[in-house]
Amino acid sequence: MAELDKPGGGPNDQPADAVPETPSLTKVEQVDAATDESAIAVIDRPAERGEPILQVRNLVKHFPLTQGIVFKRQVGAVRAVDGVSFDLHQGETLGIVGESGCGKSTVAKLLMKLEEPTSGEIFYKGEDIARLSGRALKAVRRNIQMVFQDPYTSLNPRMTVGDIIGEPFEIHPEVAPKGDRRRKVQEFLETVGLNPEHINRYPHQFSGGQRQRIGIARGLALNPEIIICDEPVSALDVSIQAQVINLMEKLQDEFTLSYLFIAHDLSVVRHISDRIGVMYLGRMAEIGTDRQIYDHPTHPYTQALLSAVPVPDPDVREDRERIILTGDVPSPANPPSGCRFRTRCFKAQDKCAEEEPLLAVPAVFSGSDSPANHESACHFAEEKSVLAG
Amino acid sequence: MTLIDKAADLPAPRSEPDSGPLLEVRDLHVEFRTNEGVAKAVNGVSYSVSAGETLAVLGESGSGKSVTAQTIMGILDIPPGKITKGEILYRGQDLLKMSSEQRRKIRGRKIAMIFQDALSALNPVFSVGYQLGEMYRKHQGASRKEAKARAIELMDRVRIPAAKQRVGDYPHQFSGGMRQRIMIAMAMALEPDLIIADEPTTALDVTVQAQVMELLAELQREYNMGLILITHDMGVVADVSDKIAVMYAGRIVETAPVHELYRRPAHPYTKGLLNSIPRLDQKGQELYVIKGLPPTLTNIPPGCAFQPRCPMAQDVCRTDIPPLYEVKDADDRAMPGRGSACHFWKETLDG
Repeated sequence: MAELDKPGGGPNDQPADAVPETPSLTKVEQVDAATDESAIAVIDRPAERGEPILQVRNLVKHFPLTQGIVFKRQVGAVRAVDGVSFDLHQGETLGIVGESGCGKSTVAKLLMKLEEPTSGEIFYKGEDIARLSGRALKAVRRNIQMVFQDPYTSLNPRMTVGDIIGEPFEIHPEVAPKGDRRRKVQEFLETVGLNPEHINRYPHQFSGGQRQRIGIARGLALNPEIIICDEPVSALDVSIQAQVINLMEKLQDEFTLSYLFIAHDLSVVRHISDRIGVMYLGRMAEIGTDRQIYDHPTHPYTQALLSAVPVPDPDVREDRERIILTGDVPSPANPPSGCRFRTRCFKAQDKCAEEEPLLAVPAVFSGSDSPANHESACHFAEEKSVLAG
Repeated sequence: MTLIDKAADLPAPRSEPDSGPLLEVRDLHVEFRTNEGVAKAVNGVSYSVSAGETLAVLGESGSGKSVTAQTIMGILDIPPGKITKGEILYRGQDLLKMSSEQRRKIRGRKIAMIFQDALSALNPVFSVGYQLGEMYRKHQGASRKEAKARAIELMDRVRIPAAKQRVGDYPHQFSGGMRQRIMIAMAMALEPDLIIADEPTTALDVTVQAQVMELLAELQREYNMGLILITHDMGVVADVSDKIAVMYAGRIVETAPVHELYRRPAHPYTKGLLNSIPRLDQKGQELYVIKGLPPTLTNIPPGCAFQPRCPMAQDVCRTDIPPLYEVKDADDRAMPGRGSACHFWKETLDG
């Protein structure tokens, strides 16, 4: 390894086999259920507050790039997600931020099992969902639901609101008996702040914000434990965004939900999240609590991202220090060697091209009480205050 | 054609000393005749921009901010659109009374526009170099070779790397940020006096948005252009604008210099918008919410259009449409540039 002949740092400083500190990841207690019944029993077991219910380890998704029509040769791969690990605890909101193309939506699809991971594991209450099938997989899917970005295309225009919210009951009939469904749908409509009498209306008769509420009601219908929200408020107007965010927070308390909240709007993510992960080009760059990430970021990408956010206060615009990154995100089909951010990084050195930084607590902050003591995938992690006001 | 002779009485060039604003919109009314009835998209909008100044037009979707811009540019679809009333003065001359030939001379050359979605605004079957060069070929009769050379120059100016190699590339070969730079280059080509930017960074990531806004601000300073920035992002507005016009349901509900608007809004809608932004010190609390929905333009409520959503609404708000009142400070002195279309602007300003 390159570390051995590194000048200045003796082998005692950084032993080659040092275990990186990753406090945000807990130990996976894997359950190997022999039968579907025992697997479902594990899945339906009520979770305790704060327990890690979803554990993602080294998740990888490569989309093959092929050439030729009849004999498709693989000529490369788009590395959409390339080794992502995180935990989601019961009752918390984990925010995932990053620019377009960083793989955040692919992570959502992998968690929903809409895509098969290339490698890596997703443990739901200790069960690896990649290995489940049949009834056990169905039970997992009931517990992980999704709210989509665009309320205009994610609702079928030919179905009434009642059919849309009631459709999950057709697939999982054990949740609501047939005669009871209409009443349940109306209950959910009321929960999300819509008029229960509108059950026979079609999506086009609602505004964007109301449609997003319908999408949320559909996600809630099966009483899931986890809701994955992929940019749930990006398509909405400012005054409507606040309504939907408040609703989501209210529902979280009411139904003790865990959210995985994917968005690119950093102020919204900060408002709703307990912990935040910053993604760049298929990898996690930094992860920590909202205070650690926003007030004490140590990764240069997080710092640049935060400094680029326009602050709605004209009084600070003159004396704000902004890090303006040059260029665009490189293609995930051909990511840079070493640290993936080095091509746009303002601190990049030779080491960054040779050695890939691991997501771990940087040695300088290890053991300290400072909020900078969180995982950051940078060789030269240091604190820098970037948020003005 | 005899029309071409009229080019002589076109507005004076930029070198002439400026008197008054560059562009002034006065009491503009635009409506759309649809099957569901008449949609009143713009109901009496007035604003002005001077050279070197940035006016931000802030509003939600359906507030009429883009329709106003399209009317200024003369690219409104008529029918279904119809300009029922108003004037648009460019250096004192009413654009709406000009012939289409005269307007074509102004469009692109004097007033240019940057659109939101660069991928659909650029023609996918022509190279970007061809599309940039078109400005010179059509407006200045440049030869193809000359136009190409100047297109490269333009691409350099908006800092597209390797402009010479990329001039023959097609729009889909550029990233979102680069395409928006090409849009800016196209608008800048003939060094217009005024640029209208309709949501120029909405489709971009924050890091790229910062790059594009910086470029736009720099070019504006360099050429002393007027800029009308149409957006719904309160953050972008705070960063770049000099003065703000807030629109709601086709009317301007508040105008103010940027610092004052953020410090002391004089209209309940502006106040609600500012309060509904997630702020650092409000973590864990409920966000302030403007209840209800924006009105449909075919059925704007009587009186003040914001009245059904307004926390301060009284009986008078349901009957009388508030004019744009002049906002005065505590000592009854007029505050320059400030106006609020609210019967209770004083209470809003103080409370």
